[in-house]
Amino acid sequence: MNDNHEASATPTTGEYPPGQAPDAQAGILAVARAQVLGRGEGLGEHQVHECLTLPDDRVEDLLALAHEVRMRWCGPEVEVEGIVSVKTGGCPEDCHFCSQSGRFESPVRAAWLDVPSLVRAAKETAATGATEFCIVAAVRGPDDRLMAQVRDGVKAIQDEVDINIACSLGMLTQEQVDDLAAMGVHRYNHNLETPKSHFQNVVTTHTWEERWETCEMVRAAGMELCCGGIVGMGETIAQRAEFAAQLGELAPDEVPLNFLNPRPGTPFAGYPMVEGVEALKTIAAFRLALPRTILRYAGGRELTLGDLGTKSGMLGGINAIIVGNYLTTLGRSADRDLEMLGELKMPIKALSQTL
Amino acid sequence: MGGGAGVRFSPVTETYCDHCGAVLTDGDHRRCRAAREMEPPRYCPECRRRLVVQVTPTGWTAGCARHGTRTAG
Ligand code: SF4
Ligand SMILES: [Zn+2]
Ligand SMILES: [Zn+2]
Repeated sequence: MNDNHEASATPTTGEYPPGQAPDAQAGILAVARAQVLGRGEGLGEHQVHECLTLPDDRVEDLLALAHEVRMRWCGPEVEVEGIVSVKTGGCPEDCHFCSQSGRFESPVRAAWLDVPSLVRAAKETAATGATEFCIVAAVRGPDDRLMAQVRDGVKAIQDEVDINIACSLGMLTQEQVDDLAAMGVHRYNHNLETPKSHFQNVVTTHTWEERWETCEMVRAAGMELCCGGIVGMGETIAQRAEFAAQLGELAPDEVPLNFLNPRPGTPFAGYPMVEGVEALKTIAAFRLALPRTILRYAGGRELTLGDLGTKSGMLGGINAIIVGNYLTTLGRSADRDLEMLGELKMPIKALSQTL
Repeated sequence: MGGGAGVRFSPVTETYCDHCGAVLTDGDHRRCRAAREMEPPRYCPECRRRLVVQVTPTGWTAGCARHGTRTAG
């Protein structure tokens, strides 16, 4: 790579089709520096693609720039969240990555968490210093029983624990959106999961557009929107860039980034895990597409990145983590993550800053 | 997060792999054991029934209708 070109590249380089700009791959970092770091404007699809196809020897520079962008537009704080499954397994949908679908021969059985256990989980989460607690259900959308359980759970947590409550309960009706907002649910998670052009290869029981609609309703009701997806579900690199651009257009408050952890019995059981360096490129490129979003490490990071890679991602655009266990799999201990944040001198976002 | 923590009935006769459900003396379960570091058990080691598992932020419980509940965390 010729570094002179990078140094002298002007922001107009990004207007060339990918690969056709003069020394495009070296130039994209200079373009991103001016556009994203300087002006706070996220990269578009072609530009993200250029980042994702940078040679491995440029990854360090890519991560460093993404980190600068995160520090400038989000600050040094890290948002810490815990999650718990209120209704596990037996979902009628067929998301091919998901061990909780009732349509596959997955060993995950249906389970239901009572309100006292929800409160206990919220307390355990708050004890780590986390400011977010997300209640998740494996459903297409909530029925009356689930809405009642969530209402009771939210109320009980609000009475006993100082923490922001988020929910992830699938597709919502307008009435349910309004109910959740009225309960004081502060953020709602609903992932697009994968780029629009790949969605039908991942889910056949509902559409990408239906997911998008729920996201729009959530935001219109005044709740914060959390929307991300899973990398490594057979999408091409170009489709990863497409996904970043689609999230950029939606502009959620938070983007959780998962890396596929192939689950036994699911259609994606045999898929390879994302390579560490590829995962890091994706993190950095997504940060450059979404300079102001809360970009969260979600599932799969322990296996895909390991301890060293996890740290690299924290220095490459990530500014939020899920601590403790996931919904059906375990995470590394919250203590280890908090220790890592200490080493990195990244303060945990406090509740007063988020209210 | 040891899989044996809090087992209700002991000593347990572990006949089946609690990760894949196959007979422990059949085949190699080293990969299952490795996977179990980041996953709760899924099959009862005594009767290979699928367990009802609840993961929480700091632990898990796994129940067999016949052989009781194991917990960790
Ligand atoms: S809707 Fe959610 S719980 Fe149901 S199969 Fe899809 S990802 Fe899994
Ligand atoms: Zn096994
Ligand atoms: Zn049993």
